[in-house]
Amino acid sequence: MVSILEVSRVSKVYTSGSRTVSVLEDISFSVRPGEKMAIVGPSGSGKTTLLGLCAGLDQVTEGNVTLIDKSLNNITQDERAQIRNEYVGFIFQNFQLIPTLTALENVMIPLELQESKEAKAIGRELLDRVGLSHRLNHYPSQLSGGEQQRVSLARAFSNNPKVLFADEPTGNLDDETSEKVENLLFDLNREHGTALIIVTHDMELARKTDRIIKLKGGKIVSDQFTENASTLTNI
Amino acid sequence: MINFILRTAWRDSRKNRGRLFLFISSILLGIAALVAINSFNYNLKNDIDKQAATLLGADIIVSSRTSIPTNLLDQIDSLPGEKAQARELLSMAYFPDQDESVFVNIKAISGNFPFYGKLNVEPEINRNKYKEGRFVLIGQSLMDQINIQPGEVVRLGDLDFEVVGALLTDFGGNMTSGFAPPIYLDGKFLDQTGLVQPGSLITRKHYHKVPSNFDPDLWADTHDEMFRREGTQIETVRDRKVALKDAFSGLNSFLNLVALVSLLLGCLGVASSVLIYVKSKVASIAVFRCLGMSGRSAFLIYFLQVGVLGFLATCIGAILGSAVQLVLPLVLKDFLPFDVVLNISWRALWEGLIIGFVITTLFALIPLISIRNVSPLRTLRASFNESKKKLNIVTVLLYFLIVLFLFIFLFFLTDGIESAAYFTLGLIVSFGVLYGVSSFIIFFIKKYFPRNWNFVFRQGLSNLFRPNNQTRTLLISIGLGTAVLTTLFIVQGLILNSVAQMDAGNQPNMILFGIEDGQQAGVKNITREMDMPVIQHVPVVTMKLESWNGRTKGEWLADTTSGVEAWAANRESRVTYRDSLDISEKLVAGNFIGRRDNPSDSVFISLDEGFADALKVDLGDELIFNVQGVRLPTYVSSFREIDFRNMQARFFIVFPEGVLEDAPKFHVLVTKSPDSKTTGAFRSQIGRTFPNVSVIDLGMILQSLGDILRKVSYVVKFMALFSILTGLIVLISSLFLSKLQRIKESVLLRTIGASRKQIFRIVATEYLILGILSAATGIVIAIVGSYLVAKYQLELDFFVPWLQIGLVFLFVCGLVTAIGILNSRDVVNRTPLEVLRQEVG
Repeated sequence: MVSILEVSRVSKVYTSGSRTVSVLEDISFSVRPGEKMAIVGPSGSGKTTLLGLCAGLDQVTEGNVTLIDKSLNNITQDERAQIRNEYVGFIFQNFQLIPTLTALENVMIPLELQESKEAKAIGRELLDRVGLSHRLNHYPSQLSGGEQQRVSLARAFSNNPKVLFADEPTGNLDDETSEKVENLLFDLNREHGTALIIVTHDMELARKTDRIIKLKGGKIVSDQFTENASTLTNI
Repeated sequence: MINFILRTAWRDSRKNRGRLFLFISSILLGIAALVAINSFNYNLKNDIDKQAATLLGADIIVSSRTSIPTNLLDQIDSLPGEKAQARELLSMAYFPDQDESVFVNIKAISGNFPFYGKLNVEPEINRNKYKEGRFVLIGQSLMDQINIQPGEVVRLGDLDFEVVGALLTDFGGNMTSGFAPPIYLDGKFLDQTGLVQPGSLITRKHYHKVPSNFDPDLWADTHDEMFRREGTQIETVRDRKVALKDAFSGLNSFLNLVALVSLLLGCLGVASSVLIYVKSKVASIAVFRCLGMSGRSAFLIYFLQVGVLGFLATCIGAILGSAVQLVLPLVLKDFLPFDVVLNISWRALWEGLIIGFVITTLFALIPLISIRNVSPLRTLRASFNESKKKLNIVTVLLYFLIVLFLFIFLFFLTDGIESAAYFTLGLIVSFGVLYGVSSFIIFFIKKYFPRNWNFVFRQGLSNLFRPNNQTRTLLISIGLGTAVLTTLFIVQGLILNSVAQMDAGNQPNMILFGIEDGQQAGVKNITREMDMPVIQHVPVVTMKLESWNGRTKGEWLADTTSGVEAWAANRESRVTYRDSLDISEKLVAGNFIGRRDNPSDSVFISLDEGFADALKVDLGDELIFNVQGVRLPTYVSSFREIDFRNMQARFFIVFPEGVLEDAPKFHVLVTKSPDSKTTGAFRSQIGRTFPNVSVIDLGMILQSLGDILRKVSYVVKFMALFSILTGLIVLISSLFLSKLQRIKESVLLRTIGASRKQIFRIVATEYLILGILSAATGIVIAIVGSYLVAKYQLELDFFVPWLQIGLVFLFVCGLVTAIGILNSRDVVNRTPLEVLRQEVG
């Protein structure tokens, strides 16, 4: 497998009544297995839209997105959901934990969807890994922001994803907690060999990845490897 | 996958179960009402089947309002087994101890009747004593009404009888209260009372107990047509069962309609609660979808939660309903001819469970199906909205199924496709009107929003149209509840008023009948001595219609294509003669001929147009009457329309003067009593002087009618309570849900410095306006609905009881506002952080 994600000449246009807004225009890039990539750019540049398209949460207007050799064009919502469940992990700025499920239950969801019998054991193990073995049965409302994001991290890695999408993963956290979560994210990424695509404003975080794609006005204005890129060859 | 769905449904419901159950419980009372009413109905039908023989008291009853022809009497006499007879006569009874004359139904029994069952008499020991001499049993209501004690005396015509007991229930399943309470006496004394006169309205009944190897129904079927042609009815236990079930079918239909209204309100509650519940779950659903869950699985998780809780609510409702049916006989006791044995009706329980589950599922599915389309993109953008398809085939199918279910339910309720279709249409229109009004209100407030008013008022008002508002749900549920209650008040008021109006002004309020030729002057004298006017004084001659237009009555009735109605052909005609139209009559066709000058001239009569239509006769047609043995040919010269609203003697057939003057007859006198004291004195005086003369006064009818209406309205109100309680639960859950919608905003307002008072005022403004709008819409619907009922169904003059309606209006507005404020109290009593952590977290 040369690339795990192939984005080819993708455009996205939203229509509202008689008005059309072009959010992304002619975007192309590919991501290799284990690669850490950041998508940066000012607000409204189309970062989150691009993330949604890459993860199969939305459909392109033009072009093609291929994830793990599977084209995300012309397949149903449920088929895309199946691909996400098998190969994709997510981390969100606002954590997106299910408020009515405990920390452990939240982590178990992707595995339970796969009907894995190991869901509980893996869930416990991952929560232990992120330092929350004492918070297994707590509800999200009983956890701090940093703890919630760590549960989110555990959930994101629970299905051993090939690619992990993170949308401003530290945007809601203080500096100290951000650093802890970042370290955990990269450690887990390394341990699982997962490709990582981070959407962020935080250049410091972006610089910790192998490659930075800059977006402006819906177009790629630069696509550069960082000094960390050399480590990629070691994977 | 099913295990995961079950597990997730269970886990996800943990924090919401209590709240969700409260919302779904709006269906609980609807099902409770349905099961209670159906259990009662089935037990009643069961008891009718079991007790019909004892209610009839015999295997066969042959009855007639005229003397039964000899050939029929021969047939009756040839029946094997035991025989008994009764003659029933409406007359006056005079009680010397109380100096009261009362209009009663005298039942003179000969023979060993009843053959089955027994008279329910207090004291029981005197049950059959009335057969042993000049003793009577009197209806309990009359005993209570004028305080009669056993041992006292009652005068019937020329004879005095000793009262030996009170009759608690009458035979035949009739009430002992009402217009003419029963008096039982032995048959041999009736003739001695002198009350049986030519023209007296006597019902003759022949009771038979046949051997067990004799089929009474077969005999009835074989002889029915022959007897019917002579105006004689045959009744068997089978017929009584049908008659009793028919008699209760109206009550059943009404009770079932109450259950239906409760059920529909409950469904509305379920649909709106589930809608809000689903909205509150959209973020979680988007996460599930993002993590790879299919739309179908996400839908199933919430469908399971709602389905299980709905089923639980239905089960509790069914159990509650079975318990409530224990109360129903107490409420309905005045309408029941016997004690209904109360058992758990498994049929009613099962029906309740199935109906409850189907209807809850159908209504809950409308909001639930939207889950399938929740986009995972919402995880990235909370403001993302799925594009709405204009026509969703599943939603259309669901609405169709709901209407179909309603129609089927109403079909079983009303037992007719046409009525079911009308009712279904009526319900759809009512919902449509309420939905339309609520949409208009939202549009209107938005468009003409008072931007210069103070903040508190604007905030409360804007809550009516902002996203997640409860305006539509509350308007429909509260509006419908108010409409039911108000219609009840208006229609009840109209009926009572129309009866009371009969007594207004110079309208007659007292009618005397059975006055013999020689008593006319005496009765008139007593009337005038009491300063009462003789408003109407008419002779009445009894005759039978024998044939018309060349065919006998029997031939007309045997011809099923003739369209002749049996009631008109068979009735014993009581006709009068006069030279002009009465004030309550209007000539609608032909010429009214008031006098026959020459005995050799033809006799031209005038008919009521409805009566003529029932006989299928036209102007100029020949009618031949049998006037006590003499055949009298007549010709129809005119049709009249009669106003039945006034208390007057009215006649379907009017002869001209110069024909019937020498025929045996009695007289009717109509007068007006100024007050109840004069009425009592007049009745006593007439009762003492002319015991055969019957006095009916409007006050008595009003009292009987008032009693019946009071009882009916009590039952209606008790049953309407179900609808109101269901409406209240819908109201509370809707308000509770809307509180959840507003909580973040209220907390924010509190955080940035709004005082408790201001928050209260905002809430009060919103709910007060909601209460005003819902109550007003419901009242307008009730006024329009009851106007249509009054005009086309009851044919009554319409008016609106504004005072009662005003009270309903204030009650509804107050209730909505109070519940709204109570619901919001924890937002203002606790710190913003505390509230946010508990409610939002």
